[in-house]
Amino acid sequence: MIFLLCLCGALLATNGVRSPSAATTETAVAGEHIEVPPPPFSDGIFPCSNCHASMKPNRTRRQLTFMHTDIVLKHDEAHRWCLDCHDADNRDFLHLASGERVSFDESYRLCGQCHGEKYRDWRAGVHGRRVGYWNGPKGYLLCVNCHNPHQPRFKALAPKPAPHRPTRQMTLNEGH
Amino acid sequence: MVTRRLFTKTAVGAAAGTILTACGPRRLYEVPRDKLKLRIAEMERKYKEEYGKDVHVSDAGPIPGVRFAYALDLSRCIGCRRCVYACVGENNQSRDPQIQWIRVFQMEKDRGVDFSHSTPYYQPADVPQEGHFYIPVACQQCENPACTKVCPTGATWKEKDGIVVIDYDWCIGCRYCMAACPYGARHFNWTEPGLPVSDLNTNTHYLGNRPRPKGVVEKCTFCIQRTRAGRYPACVEVCPVGARKFGNLLDPKSEIRYIIENKRVLVLKEELNTVPRFFYFYAT
Repeated sequence: MIFLLCLCGALLATNGVRSPSAATTETAVAGEHIEVPPPPFSDGIFPCSNCHASMKPNRTRRQLTFMHTDIVLKHDEAHRWCLDCHDADNRDFLHLASGERVSFDESYRLCGQCHGEKYRDWRAGVHGRRVGYWNGPKGYLLCVNCHNPHQPRFKALAPKPAPHRPTRQMTLNEGH
Repeated sequence: MVTRRLFTKTAVGAAAGTILTACGPRRLYEVPRDKLKLRIAEMERKYKEEYGKDVHVSDAGPIPGVRFAYALDLSRCIGCRRCVYACVGENNQSRDPQIQWIRVFQMEKDRGVDFSHSTPYYQPADVPQEGHFYIPVACQQCENPACTKVCPTGATWKEKDGIVVIDYDWCIGCRYCMAACPYGARHFNWTEPGLPVSDLNTNTHYLGNRPRPKGVVEKCTFCIQRTRAGRYPACVEVCPVGARKFGNLLDPKSEIRYIIENKRVLVLKEELNTVPRFFYFYAT
């Protein structure tokens, strides 16, 4: 299960993105693999097969009561549940609507199935944060580095301090 | 016969000519390269003396075929001011008295883009606040800048890559440019800048973030010390919502071109014909 560290995750991941290995030079083409930082898993949660390998999949849609109770799904929850994205047969993977398995490193393909416009913008470098070089290697982030997949709405942040109000001495400087 | 009128005309013309020649805007790059290197070495020595740190002053010129432009996604910005402080940290602005090149205005959604009903002093526990949106404003790097035209000493000009720069050695602090700028993007060092040595960014540029003296004007330079080395400006990299985009307007594959070609784009005070190279857009 992917767990979110939301902004913290994004900030931590940024450090990893600066390495040349995690960079892509050109605007990515549809379907092409994009170098991204690792997904922000909670400690010890991955690989999922550590626990799930010995368990028989229960494909009945239900409220989880034994494990993962901390996950609250607020992502079209009327129509989705775990196994619409997580693969029941191999828990270390996700799957697309077509049934094709995708790794957690490529989760953007899963997100892109519904959010096609955002996916297109992200590949062009217009949706989401990028670091690196405007004329060279760029670091991408995964969708889940900023959006909790289970509750994707971006969380509110505390703003940094407001600017000082102009003093008499500074009045001219602050005109606009 | 030389009449008094002719004499006066000639004298005034000659004086104006001398002034214009002496203060031509590209003056800095008319300095021979080796002389400039010496000037920079001297500058670095003085900074070392003052701050006890090795300060690198770059003289990197514009990259041929590059025209910088910036785009900011108003549908994403949440007004968190991370950019403001990343900018201050990168560009060696005075901490006290406070100088900030980026100012984030909080607007009411009901009114739309309306600066007369906006405030930069909002301080709620969390942003974005219900019913509000945010517009960060810094130098718009105008194609047709009003500020450079009024400078009596030619201390400020537009570079070939579109960055409007200031040569602090030529700025006399008259602040005409601040009056001319319709975006409030220029800031004046009323006192000796209060920049703690521990906060000094030693990667600097001659026309950008090198430490400034008292009595000069300063402004956003698209992080000239970073962008002329190929990097993104500091504000682009820090933005937690990825609202800030930067690139080469002349490169058809750049993010900037994608935005201009595919998104709804606006510039501030378009009617003034300043032709900003800072675009605001709505990604959704």
